Amino acid sequence: MNRLVDRRLSGKNRSAVNRQRFLRRFKTQIRKAAAEAVSGRKVADLERGEKISIPSKDLSEPIFHHGPGGRRNIVLPGNREFVSGDRIDRPEGGGGGKGGGGSPDGEGMDEFVFELSKEEFMDYFFQDLALPDLVKKQLAAVPEVKRARAGFVSQGNPSSLHVVRSMKQAIGRRMAMAAGPRDALREAEEALEALVTQGLGASAEADELREEIEALKSRIAAVPFIDTWDLRYANRVDQPTPSSQAVMFCLLDVSGSMDEDRKNIAKRFFMLLYLFLTKSYERIDVVFIRHHTVAKEVDEEEFFASRESGGTVVSSALELMKDIILERYPSANWNIYAAQASDGDNWEDDSPRCRELLIQSILPLTQYFAYVEIEAEEPQSLWHEYTRVKAASPRFAMQRILTLEDIYPVFRELFRKKVA
Amino acid sequence: MEPEMESAAPPDAQRQPLSEGSEWTFELLERYDREIARVAAHYGLDTYPNQIEVITSEQMIDAYSSVGMPVGYHHWSYGKQFLSTQKSYQRGQMGLAYEIVINSSPCIAYLMEENTMTMQALVIAHAAYGHNSFFKGNYLFRTWTDAEGILDYLVFARNFIAECEQRHGEVAVEELLDSCHALMNLGVDRYKRPAKLSMVKEQARQLEREAYLQSQVNDLWRTLPTRQAVGQQARAARFPSEPQENLLYFIEKNAPRLAPWQREIVRIVRKIAQYFYPQRQTQVMNEGWATFWHYTLLNHLYEEGKLTDGFMMEFLQSHTNVVYQPPFNSRFYSGINPYALGFSMFQDLRRICEHPTEEDRRWFPDLAGSDWVKSLDFAMRNFKDESFVAQYLSPKLIRDLKLFALVDDDQEDKLEVTAIHDDAGYRTVRQLLAEHYNLGNREPNIQVYEVDVFGDRSLTLRHFMHDRRPLGESTPEMLRHVARLWGYTVKIESVDQDGESQMTAVSEV
Repeated sequence: MNRLVDRRLSGKNRSAVNRQRFLRRFKTQIRKAAAEAVSGRKVADLERGEKISIPSKDLSEPIFHHGPGGRRNIVLPGNREFVSGDRIDRPEGGGGGKGGGGSPDGEGMDEFVFELSKEEFMDYFFQDLALPDLVKKQLAAVPEVKRARAGFVSQGNPSSLHVVRSMKQAIGRRMAMAAGPRDALREAEEALEALVTQGLGASAEADELREEIEALKSRIAAVPFIDTWDLRYANRVDQPTPSSQAVMFCLLDVSGSMDEDRKNIAKRFFMLLYLFLTKSYERIDVVFIRHHTVAKEVDEEEFFASRESGGTVVSSALELMKDIILERYPSANWNIYAAQASDGDNWEDDSPRCRELLIQSILPLTQYFAYVEIEAEEPQSLWHEYTRVKAASPRFAMQRILTLEDIYPVFRELFRKKVA
Repeated sequence: MEPEMESAAPPDAQRQPLSEGSEWTFELLERYDREIARVAAHYGLDTYPNQIEVITSEQMIDAYSSVGMPVGYHHWSYGKQFLSTQKSYQRGQMGLAYEIVINSSPCIAYLMEENTMTMQALVIAHAAYGHNSFFKGNYLFRTWTDAEGILDYLVFARNFIAECEQRHGEVAVEELLDSCHALMNLGVDRYKRPAKLSMVKEQARQLEREAYLQSQVNDLWRTLPTRQAVGQQARAARFPSEPQENLLYFIEKNAPRLAPWQREIVRIVRKIAQYFYPQRQTQVMNEGWATFWHYTLLNHLYEEGKLTDGFMMEFLQSHTNVVYQPPFNSRFYSGINPYALGFSMFQDLRRICEHPTEEDRRWFPDLAGSDWVKSLDFAMRNFKDESFVAQYLSPKLIRDLKLFALVDDDQEDKLEVTAIHDDAGYRTVRQLLAEHYNLGNREPNIQVYEVDVFGDRSLTLRHFMHDRRPLGESTPEMLRHVARLWGYTVKIESVDQDGESQMTAVSEV
């Protein structure tokens, strides 16, 4: 009458639909939380999921219940000192503090926390940028792998059976299994020979030995030629296909005119570029260069954090970039990409110099150089000079970004040839 | 009758344990199940056939998040449940180990593959024999749920709701379900016995019902002028003629603007609420009964020499955790632990039957010295938490748990201790604790009072106050849910003990 059922192999993602429903229903809150999470991340840090927390009051499921007040009887366990008639102070936290199964502290209940997978997180990240689905897929794609040999294993499918290995294994096993009987056989044969030389070849003792020899021979013959556990299979594992490496230069103007909003836009732009590169390259280095009147290579923290006052000399950053390329990233081994973000402010005299630097030393070394001008009111001298660079080189692209939603169209415009 | 629990294990020579070590196999599960079944039969436990399913922890999380329904329709709230269960499991805050058991025939109990043999045996004894016999025997379950029909009905419900989503859109269905779920606790008949559920009949009747219901509703809300005399008479009568306790039922039958498919969904939620209603009323008894039996059955096997000492150590450790009752001032206190109270009460009942004291003879003259198996069986069959506590909580247990009663009155500036575990207090403590398990006291008593049939069609609910306790802050939101279903303005008024009513909230459409 009792049945024991093994259900372990039947579907396990029964809640997947409900989970999706949950994400859909609270997409506004989740998107907000995801946006906050992005600002806390590094440019290259897009390969993992995210812990999302939203206020639990937003997703409560209400029922009719009693409020505080009125007269309530409470029964509690663990009395120590009270006798009936005692009057005691209300516990902290007002009239509704205890009783009715109320927990003594509301610790950790204000936030509803859960994990988004990498794909889901990317979805929310891209949603903000209004990416079309196709591109999202390309960007989020896993790197390709190829199958590589990796020794031998004792289990596998018949097509990968390794004959030579299996036979070797079989020889060893046969030798091991027959070793005992073979020794005994040799001894018996020697004993028989001794008897024969003594002329006792027809004695009962000799017959016994002959029988034993027969038995041992058939035992040796019974050792199987090949057995299941001799089988060896060629092992293959997934290995990421090695592809060439790239370096990405992020150039950011940190002069006084670049405020938080602009930097945030720049950061998204850099992230998108990074993502774009991860699609094509296995290894990517990121170099952060910030500049005002002088340029400096910094780590990411500092890159986005600090803000300087004063004027802007863009060429300083380009000079530094050139030096770093020559020093560390020989263009034969590296694909070099650069993204520059600025509000377009530059010293009048410096802009022509930037043009020269780009055309003569930097563009010949790089794959692509993208310039974005963020929230600038009027195109300024740098923009005009760069327009000339664009005319001179197909590797140079420039666009203006006004709001966050502009990032993707601009990005697509910049990388049109590559994405297509 | 039986030897005592605490009696010593048999000498080593007679020990033939079912298994050593903590690994389980299907053969071992079967052997344990057979042995436990044998002992359960020896004690006269009457159960539905068992279906014991071995599942992975992921599947266990799935099972948790569908609130114990093996087949559920889709809704975001289950997704939310899933995420939070998954989260706390991954953090290690919560073991999933214990058990999920479904009140159906066959009775489905889940075992998680990660568990040790000991835990599997514990769960088999607890769920497949303890809970199972409770589902089959207790009068509330016998009256209100149909173990044979529930799985079919859930399948019907899921298919119907999926079909509605396709026809009317996920959002429309989701909004409706949100409102129905909010009112789930007001969707049960407390006194009337429901009809049996069955998928075949449901499907056959559903179309019929759609047409019929719609015609009824249309009749109620007929706008053609009636003859004067009849009109006058109707105006004088109130509708509904008596207050209705089952709000979802009232809405299903009378809400003017619901489409037939919406009525059907209201009905589905109502039916499921009704199915779970006995579980909400018998938590202490149900868990206590199951815990008592896993303890008794496994101890019996140990005395027979079928279990090792190691097994018992692991079992007792887990058992002790489950029946721990922290005192009220402990950091870990979160209400009275139903496992602890229920287990102690059944253990105490057995003690009263087997070894009554003078006090027990005074308090329980019929029980003292009776056959404990029969007395416990009677208690299991004929009570719910409220009446069980009122009937069987003994002075000894009140002393053991050191129970005391407080009154919290917002007109007084201090709490007052009304009774403690002494001669003067036993009855009060017992009666107050029993009241605590009365769902009617725990949840606000809200009834459908009046519909303004000839006016603006507004619906008036009445909250009958108990001890001046007001409604909580969720009331305006709840009224919006009622209004969404009703389609017109909904009001709620609170009536105090003197019969004076005051308007609490209004939600207009």
